[in-house]
Amino acid sequence: MSAEVEIPYAVKPHPVTGLFNGKFGIWLFLASEVMLFGALFSTYVLLRVGAEVWPHGYSLLNVPLATLNTFVLILSSVTMVMAWASLKMDDFRKFRLNLGATVLLAFVFLIVKAFEYGAKFEHHIHPATNTFYAIYFTLTGLHGLHVIGGILVNLYLLLPGSAMWRTEPERFTNRIECAGLYWHFVDLVWIFLFPVLYLL
Amino acid sequence: MDEQHHEHHHEHHHEPGFWRKYVFSVDHKVIGIQYSLTSLLFLFFGFSLMMMMRWQLAYPGQPLPWIGRLFGEANMPEGVMVPEFYNQLGAMHGTIMVFLGVVPLAVGGFGNYVLPLQIGAPDMAFPRINMASYWFLFVGGVVMLASFFLPGGAAQSGWTSYSPLANIAPVGQTAWLIGMIFLITSSLLGSINFIVTTVQLRVKGLSFFKLPFFVWAQFVTSFLLLLAFPPLEAAGVLQLMDRVAGTSFFLPSGLVVTGQPLEVSGGGNPLLWQHLFWFLAHPEVYVLILPALGIVAEVIANNTRKPLWGYRTMVYSLIFLGFMSFVVWAHHMFMTGMGTAMSTFFQATTMIISVPSVIILTALAISLWGASIRFTVPMHFALAFIPMFAIGGLTGLPLGLTASDLHLHDTYYVIGHFHYVVAPGTIFALFAGIYYWFPKVTGRMMNEKLGKLHFWLSLIFMNGVFMPMLFIGMAGVSRRLYDQTGYAHGAAVQDLTVLGSWSAWLLAVAQIPFIVNFLMSMRKREKVRSDNPWEATTLEWATPTPPPHGNFLTAPQVYRGPYEYSVPGRTADFWPQHLPEEAESPQPRPATT
Amino acid sequence: MSETAYGWWLPMNVATYGGEVDSLINVIHWIMGILFVGWGIFFFYCLIRFRRREGQKAVYQPIHARPAKYVEIGVIIAEAILLLSFSMPVWARFKGEFPAEKDALVVRVVAEQFAWNVHYPGKDGKFGRTAPQFISSSNLLGLDPDDPDGQDDINAVNQLHFPVNKPVIVRLSTKDVIHSFKIPVMRLTQDTIPGTEINIWFEADKTGQFDLACAQLCGLGHYRMRGAVSVDTPEAFAKWMEERQSEVSGTGTEY
Repeated sequence: MSAEVEIPYAVKPHPVTGLFNGKFGIWLFLASEVMLFGALFSTYVLLRVGAEVWPHGYSLLNVPLATLNTFVLILSSVTMVMAWASLKMDDFRKFRLNLGATVLLAFVFLIVKAFEYGAKFEHHIHPATNTFYAIYFTLTGLHGLHVIGGILVNLYLLLPGSAMWRTEPERFTNRIECAGLYWHFVDLVWIFLFPVLYLL
Repeated sequence: MDEQHHEHHHEHHHEPGFWRKYVFSVDHKVIGIQYSLTSLLFLFFGFSLMMMMRWQLAYPGQPLPWIGRLFGEANMPEGVMVPEFYNQLGAMHGTIMVFLGVVPLAVGGFGNYVLPLQIGAPDMAFPRINMASYWFLFVGGVVMLASFFLPGGAAQSGWTSYSPLANIAPVGQTAWLIGMIFLITSSLLGSINFIVTTVQLRVKGLSFFKLPFFVWAQFVTSFLLLLAFPPLEAAGVLQLMDRVAGTSFFLPSGLVVTGQPLEVSGGGNPLLWQHLFWFLAHPEVYVLILPALGIVAEVIANNTRKPLWGYRTMVYSLIFLGFMSFVVWAHHMFMTGMGTAMSTFFQATTMIISVPSVIILTALAISLWGASIRFTVPMHFALAFIPMFAIGGLTGLPLGLTASDLHLHDTYYVIGHFHYVVAPGTIFALFAGIYYWFPKVTGRMMNEKLGKLHFWLSLIFMNGVFMPMLFIGMAGVSRRLYDQTGYAHGAAVQDLTVLGSWSAWLLAVAQIPFIVNFLMSMRKREKVRSDNPWEATTLEWATPTPPPHGNFLTAPQVYRGPYEYSVPGRTADFWPQHLPEEAESPQPRPATT
Repeated sequence: MSETAYGWWLPMNVATYGGEVDSLINVIHWIMGILFVGWGIFFFYCLIRFRRREGQKAVYQPIHARPAKYVEIGVIIAEAILLLSFSMPVWARFKGEFPAEKDALVVRVVAEQFAWNVHYPGKDGKFGRTAPQFISSSNLLGLDPDDPDGQDDINAVNQLHFPVNKPVIVRLSTKDVIHSFKIPVMRLTQDTIPGTEINIWFEADKTGQFDLACAQLCGLGHYRMRGAVSVDTPEAFAKWMEERQSEVSGTGTEY
């Protein structure tokens, strides 16, 4: 757009912090996300400790499917890093493949999740059923929304956004790095969610 | 927005259209003005809600003259306010003043406009996110205003929205929760921007301990917003789930509401809401005061013509205060059945947190010693801030100790306490900031006589509203009472209540000179004769007036601290940060517009 | 019936521990006053002495302000004393040192939108079992009609009577939302939290008629959730209880 001002360290890292602005920004955003999910995990703890009875997650939820999903997400984090690394090594084709794989794996995750949710709804189990399901649906639901958000960002960077590779390759690589950090966080939240909800 | 734009140093020959320039601008100055004007309107609106409440408080059950019938049969049949409407006005007054008034003005308005200028930056680190943060605020504000027209009215469970009351409240509460999600998102985006900007975009020579105290205050405030808001967002999601999806996060089993058992699964805990809410809301009150301390510091340094006393101590205190603000929250919950261990912890942290506040306030007061005080209009407000904030802070002491809180909890004493801090405290600081930076934004000075009239009337009537509250609360009158005269202790202080109401209405009248001054001065023909009419040292005064796109004609460099006033051996009594060592003392430069 | 005194400052105190609460409040306000006046004097002195005038210049590095450091340390010490010597002992006693039940009058108070259900156990001294499913407009407490202990229970709606100079233990609960049990002349505030029963105790040392107020926003009727507190002589209390007992029909009929 016109009348755009040049912002220092938007692409090149700051000499003291070693970060370009976007990377610093995404780390701060992730700090706030830690507080968000932290509050929900605290909710889980408070509700569970205060409850007379609390079911074991493994008796109510589909552990094999969730385990699969865990591997799916971890793999998607690997492909995400490889996407960024490919750009660093100037291999746009490999970047496309890896980011595409990341998005695909994310869709797999969502499909599995939809399957899980669907099975519950079919048995007339909803968030309102009891507090265990309430916190289960809320935590995984919010996580799922974050996965969707990540998919949208990654799709954008894969398709229309990737045109920036030709004009500002370094800036584009930085964007992939930021998207990658966000994606690793989404994965990390699941790494906590899975044992807490499904295994304990 | 043009993603393919890759010629950053390309000169822009065409002016952006009206919409891109004034409405969907990414320039931090335009966004700052948008925030400021929007929040000033909301402050006026939120104040109006309170003025209506004050009628009911002073003259319970009496029809409100002339305008009472305008509010419809549901809210004010025959012009007499119904309790539900009173509760709506109360909940929305608090919500609007805090989230749509004070914080957007202090942080979104002042922070956005001044911070990049004071660090020598061309704009914020993320100009488009900056624009987005304003529009999230705007949408949140629209949702909050629209909620008045929903069946059952707006939220009416206090700005604190305690469950289970908020769970069973009419649909306006759902709108409140949705509105809050927008407002919280706005804040989060803004706080990320402020932190990255402050760290990354300082010009050469501007180390952290050469930053104006205003920048430090905004910086610490941003961390509070970043880290404290998400738990409220989580709580909001949970309360939404309770209201919309039938969950019981905050509802224990066995509740019976108006004779009907509540058909929910139960197992929830009302205190969970309180913990999550206050985890944000306590740091939020520091968000309300820290930017004000920043503004007051700037105005005092400038109008005492000497460096701030104890600048470094003030900065360390600020950081400590920010950190401590996260560990005092349950002092709002002392009466919930809290045991001795937990209450001891929170009493102790609450006592400890008073220390850095006292240090900062004392430093500001000591800064007056050995000064050459110019009683400009901004200085009037900045000076009054000191004793007013002192009253606010001191009245926090009996509230922070459980044994005295036993009597004072949730009484008017609390309302008096926090209003002293935020009304003749923060809002006075915001007025100081408006009068101070007005010439930089518009190129004109505001009228001094009207400014002093505004000041004196506001000071008198602010005290007229809030000092009686301390006594009303001490007499045992609870807050949020539609009519206190049903109680003997309430009837005994009804005279004070009437005094408070009249003071509030006169306080509104006292704002007329301000509004007239503000609007008239913007358009007056006489412009400032200098880019730096206050003869200040900080970088925002080194720009043309008003600052153009990109702010500085060339990026400045900083050579000294922010308050080098009355430096021995120099002819002028101020030495701007950006002037090289060898430069002559500054002469007044003609304004460049 | 003794006179009540409500004015612009603390109401009269009828609680045995109320004096300690008042001491703390008064001491704090003296400290606040001294600090404010002290700061205020310094403040106004500066405004006058250091106002800008002909020939007067600001001093770049004026003072070391050692007195300020001492004031600050003094404030910290004062706060520590307030906390450790005043607040904590009073709170600990209020929260922890309950009178023995055999020496006290035990009452249940169940708050609801917008009334106080004052549940007396009746002649047998035992509270009948209550449960939500039994709640109706004629059985506000939800007493189980099959429970023999509840047959003589009394629900004195919005009437809290108790004898002077005898400790009272109140078991607070609520049917619906958070309310708060507040008796200003007893210097007492306790929230009622849904899903919990919270115990408090107090002892009045003067007879009289006082107010019980709801101190937590509970809906449109919050302002009119007033209870009448009557601190009676033992004889008057016994008489009142007999009158209530005679009206009871087995479902905690309200007076």
